[in-house]
Amino acid sequence: MIIIGERINGMYNDIGKAIKEKDPKPVQEWARKQEEGGADYLDLNVGPASPNKVEAMKWLVEVAQEASDLPLCLDSTNYDAIEEGLKLCKKPAMINSVPAEMPKMERVFPMAVQYNAEVVGLAMNEEGIPKDADSRIALAAELVATADAFGLSPEMLYVDPLTLPCNVAQDHGPEVMRTLREVKLISDPAPKTVVGLSNISQGTQNRDLINRTFAVMCMANGLDAGIVDANDKELMAAIATARILLNQDIYCDSFVDVFINRNR
Amino acid sequence: MAVEILKEKYRSKVGEVVLGATKEQGGTRSHTITVGGETSLPYLHFEGETPNKPVLALEVWDTAPTDWPPFFEKYYGDVWDDPGEWAKKCVDEFGADLIQVRLKGADPDLNDASPEDCVAAVKKVLEAVGVPLIVIGCGKPEKDNILYAPVAEAAAGENLLLGVAELENYKAVNSACMANNHNIIASSPIDINICKQLNILIIEMSTAMASRIIIDPTVAALGYGAEYSYSIMERARNGALQGDKMLAMPMIGNIGSEVWRTKEAITTTEDEPGWGEQEERGLLWEATTAMAYLQSGIDMLVMRHPEALKIIEKHIDELMQDNSY
Repeated sequence: MIIIGERINGMYNDIGKAIKEKDPKPVQEWARKQEEGGADYLDLNVGPASPNKVEAMKWLVEVAQEASDLPLCLDSTNYDAIEEGLKLCKKPAMINSVPAEMPKMERVFPMAVQYNAEVVGLAMNEEGIPKDADSRIALAAELVATADAFGLSPEMLYVDPLTLPCNVAQDHGPEVMRTLREVKLISDPAPKTVVGLSNISQGTQNRDLINRTFAVMCMANGLDAGIVDANDKELMAAIATARILLNQDIYCDSFVDVFINRNR
Repeated sequence: MAVEILKEKYRSKVGEVVLGATKEQGGTRSHTITVGGETSLPYLHFEGETPNKPVLALEVWDTAPTDWPPFFEKYYGDVWDDPGEWAKKCVDEFGADLIQVRLKGADPDLNDASPEDCVAAVKKVLEAVGVPLIVIGCGKPEKDNILYAPVAEAAAGENLLLGVAELENYKAVNSACMANNHNIIASSPIDINICKQLNILIIEMSTAMASRIIIDPTVAALGYGAEYSYSIMERARNGALQGDKMLAMPMIGNIGSEVWRTKEAITTTEDEPGWGEQEERGLLWEATTAMAYLQSGIDMLVMRHPEALKIIEKHIDELMQDNSY
């Protein structure tokens, strides 16, 4: 599973403050820390409170790249902010995210092609998050077809089936699992899949346990990537273990350390 | 309409290891040899690169072998009392790319040669030939562990390939390599998990060793579990190409010593006339075993019979022919 580190997000007080005061230190500390934890990508989100999202994203991209060589995942609903950020990325980046809605797809997919970026596509539209797997898969198919029409290969698209907190919408769990499996049947090559892991445990007790159990279940259903807390050691150990059990990595006694240090 | 040929995409590659050092590099070798670097499965030149062709070593012992079939005497009998002369013949006459010095005489049950004797044997070979050297012990860890440091020190700067490290016994040889900038043979008993773990343990002692490891997955002779070795090597190579850095090292196999203890190679013509002439049978067994391992991506083959080496040399040239389209 590709690990997208979620921590550089203006929603967190230290990052919000850092963006406001243009203090690169907390951003760079988290960039390094997540890389050490085993992240493949760093998610950058300026947060809801930022008054000038374009400038804030440009600044985040620059300071994060000073501290880490990891590719970036630019996380915003403001596509101008994403585009300005993409111009500064040293490595091909990921755009997070676009729903199955026109004209948003028309704005995002050509931009992805232009900057050789991957895209997180959300299985939702103006009507919100679907209740069942079939509706999610239909929206995923729309994402794939539209991406293809703009020249973006399905392999560059990460479909997010969208999860809701398990104490609010327990019945979504099995639908998400089925979506993860069946999204792979939409096209050949198939699109990839991603989940924002911590949504599943919002407002619950024992969040870490729920997160890592969900991660392993999703992996068993074919999940390719997760936006996660890369410094949650037990989560990373569970992911490393699942990779062994799914025959994605070759076993050795130090398998957890090997997984965490795989990019170094 | 043009047909688009489906080609496999590999995420990663096998690391390259350089053996030997010239005068400018602090050694006395006439040239260096680079192994590894593959970016596809073996010889799929249309999918990736095999930048360095597999290399062939011949064995040289520090004591005349007593258990080799008698026909080896006509090749090595005039030189096998002197490792320097022996090595020279292997390079000049038989065309070996490099020499594997086996310090067999150090075996306590054989000559129990001292570390000083072993150093002298290695030095003789270094002086006699210009090719890079592989040096391995006698195979008894308790003795080998006292040989590694003096041998490594005496050959400092030569960028040897020294071995062998095993899961239960890797620290002495690894320390000797680290201290004198040599490369190491990491040997595992036909077990991919141990293979990977041993590489990790070696690199934990020094990250500089990451580009100095040659994997010895243990090769079995044809008919003696070659398919197990083959599948382990295939898995290691697939892992390497998919990005598993702890398996992304070149591989070596002791073909000659394995083959020349099988009954197919050592049974005499008189005992089994129906099996054909012994020497031809044995050397073909050696060549066929080597051919099979070339298909699994092996980078270094240690051979014994000069005629088998010749066959494989030609075979490698054929495999290295460009088949890209």
